[in-house]
Amino acid sequence: MAIVNLKGVTYKYPLTETPALSNINLKINEGEFVAVIGPNGAGKSTLCYTLAGFVPHFFKGDLQGSVEVAGVETKTSTLSDWVLNVGLAFQNPFNQISGAKYTVYEEIAFGLENLGIPRGEMKERVDQALTLTGIRDLADRSPYSLSGGQQQRVALTSILVMQPKVLVLDEPTSQMDPIGTREVFGVIRSLAERGMTVIMAEHKVEWVAQFADRVIALYEGKLMMDGRPGDVLTSERLVGKGYGISRYTSAAREASRRGLWPRNRELPVTLDEAVMGFGGFPLPRGEGQGVRGKGRK
Amino acid sequence: MKIEIKDLHYTYPAGVEALRGVSLTIDSGEQVAMVGQNGSGKTTLVKHLNGLLQPTSGSVLIGDLDTKKVPVAKLAVHVGYVFQNPDEQLFCRTIHEEVAFGPRNLGFDASKIESLVADALNLVELSSRKETNPYDLSPTWRKMVALASIISMDTSIVILDEPTTGQDAVNVARIAHVVAELRKRGKTVITITHDIDFCAENFERVIALSQGKILLDGPAGSVLGQGEILAQTYVDPPQLTRLGKRLGLKKTVRNQEEFLSALKS
Ligand SMILES: Nc1ncnc2c1ncn2[C@@H]1O[C@H](COP(=O)(O)OP(=O)(O)OP(=O)(O)O)[C@@H](O)[C@H]1O
Ligand SMILES: Nc1ncnc2c1ncn2[C@@H]1O[C@H](COP(=O)(O)OP(=O)(O)OP(=O)(O)O)[C@@H](O)[C@H]1O
Ligand SMILES: [Mg+2]
Ligand SMILES: [Mg+2]
Repeated sequence: MAIVNLKGVTYKYPLTETPALSNINLKINEGEFVAVIGPNGAGKSTLCYTLAGFVPHFFKGDLQGSVEVAGVETKTSTLSDWVLNVGLAFQNPFNQISGAKYTVYEEIAFGLENLGIPRGEMKERVDQALTLTGIRDLADRSPYSLSGGQQQRVALTSILVMQPKVLVLDEPTSQMDPIGTREVFGVIRSLAERGMTVIMAEHKVEWVAQFADRVIALYEGKLMMDGRPGDVLTSERLVGKGYGISRYTSAAREASRRGLWPRNRELPVTLDEAVMGFGGFPLPRGEGQGVRGKGRK
Repeated sequence: MKIEIKDLHYTYPAGVEALRGVSLTIDSGEQVAMVGQNGSGKTTLVKHLNGLLQPTSGSVLIGDLDTKKVPVAKLAVHVGYVFQNPDEQLFCRTIHEEVAFGPRNLGFDASKIESLVADALNLVELSSRKETNPYDLSPTWRKMVALASIISMDTSIVILDEPTTGQDAVNVARIAHVVAELRKRGKTVITITHDIDFCAENFERVIALSQGKILLDGPAGSVLGQGEILAQTYVDPPQLTRLGKRLGLKKTVRNQEEFLSALKS
């Protein structure tokens, strides 16, 4: 069942001529983990805003076509209808922090408090969320006296704790350390596994390939590609346009020109795929070729 | 100018012990990348170089200037710092004003200011947007404005705090080009980054911080090859270094050329 359904969506910000999104058609099923890639200015954030109702309820401008997310239709709703179903983590985590709270703990609890969730349940959910993103030891700190990556974790946690049906993440790991990034991808994968629908704008394609079910490539507001990670992320169409390309893919592409990569073999995006290809090992059945995302970890 | 940090400790007023004994020398004209776990103290450390923070104990020397004794304005002549979050740094109405602000403050004459601004905007490829308000740009381009507004001060030391965050591959290449250009000009460049591939491809020396201390410091090839130690501070080796290890290549490879030639032999 499609939980996200965009039909012919074209959007222009106020006072602009060029659409930030152009004729986007997109269906996403419940429990899918979809990554959105694209160069700077491609429209990733605008798509995130649209999925979370900020376009057109906060950013006015001109929205054509229809947007339906978790049963709510943009044109017949208000922003508060969306907040219950869809959580958005902003590209800049500084914009996420409420400014109303003195500690990280209270900051994370803020949204639940507003919903009137009983204290016991609230405490349980906050504790769980803090553990999930590895920031338990920051609970008593001020949300303002944190490092960039710590602040980004707090912003992400404040969305996860709401357990939205649809989770929209705009480059949620941009300031995180490398291993922390991988761990957060793992956490998000496990949420998708339990039925949460995830849409995530991201440049870090090695982890996208390993954890997402599907990749959408935007270019100048248009949906250029939509498919399984291995196909999209190794496509020649991404080369030279600003897309993130994994070093494994680039090295194998060059190697195949020099006859150092097995002929007819799909280019790798992840370390394991690269090891198999360069090491000359056949892929075990069911690994790598067909099932990325769901089947793997 | 040489940078000399001796047994630097720093505790934030709220009581967080962010630096716990850092000693470090960086020679004039060196290009250094700094990596490490979130909260390991990278930003705190570099904020000591231009006097934004003062040591709780220990000392920081820029050439022969002791940052405890010299006013921030005097350090600004030598040390430029591009903030992790550009919005903490930008406040002018147009890109041109923003980029001219620094050199104007340093007291350069009008024609020198114009040539510094033109050079900096040219380097980050924003020459055609001079009259644009920085806040009409996307956050990724605002970061480029922040970069230009430090380059235009022509300081001998340039510090970039996570310049590649959120940048696409074209802008990352642009930043790499800026770093290369600054190297040619003999500047000292210190770049904090979580993008280890970018680090491996553009820096000769790498310093890894962990919990307020230096964990590793040395040539990129040797530091970035030490996966197990780096993992203590949540850093992975570069992609091709990991691949080389898994394939059993003897040499630690850092970039595509090294990888492909090691593969052949
Ligand atoms: N508030 C705004 N008003 C006017 N135009 C905007 C606004 N926000 C974004 N745009 C424009 O819309 C287009 C898409 O921008 P968007 O921020 O969605 O791209 P993005 O893919 O998220 O880029 P980045 O990688 O830099 O975050 C760009 O041309 C951008 O300049
Ligand atoms: N203004 C502040 N007040 C109190 N503690 C702070 C403040 N700024 C940072 N800290 C703390 O000091 C420690 C070091 O922070 P710092 O910002 O130097 O880390 P970092 O290595 O730059 O991390 P990141 O990769 O996330 O940017 C962290 O524990 C952080 O929470
Ligand atoms: Mg964006
Ligand atoms: Mg920092």
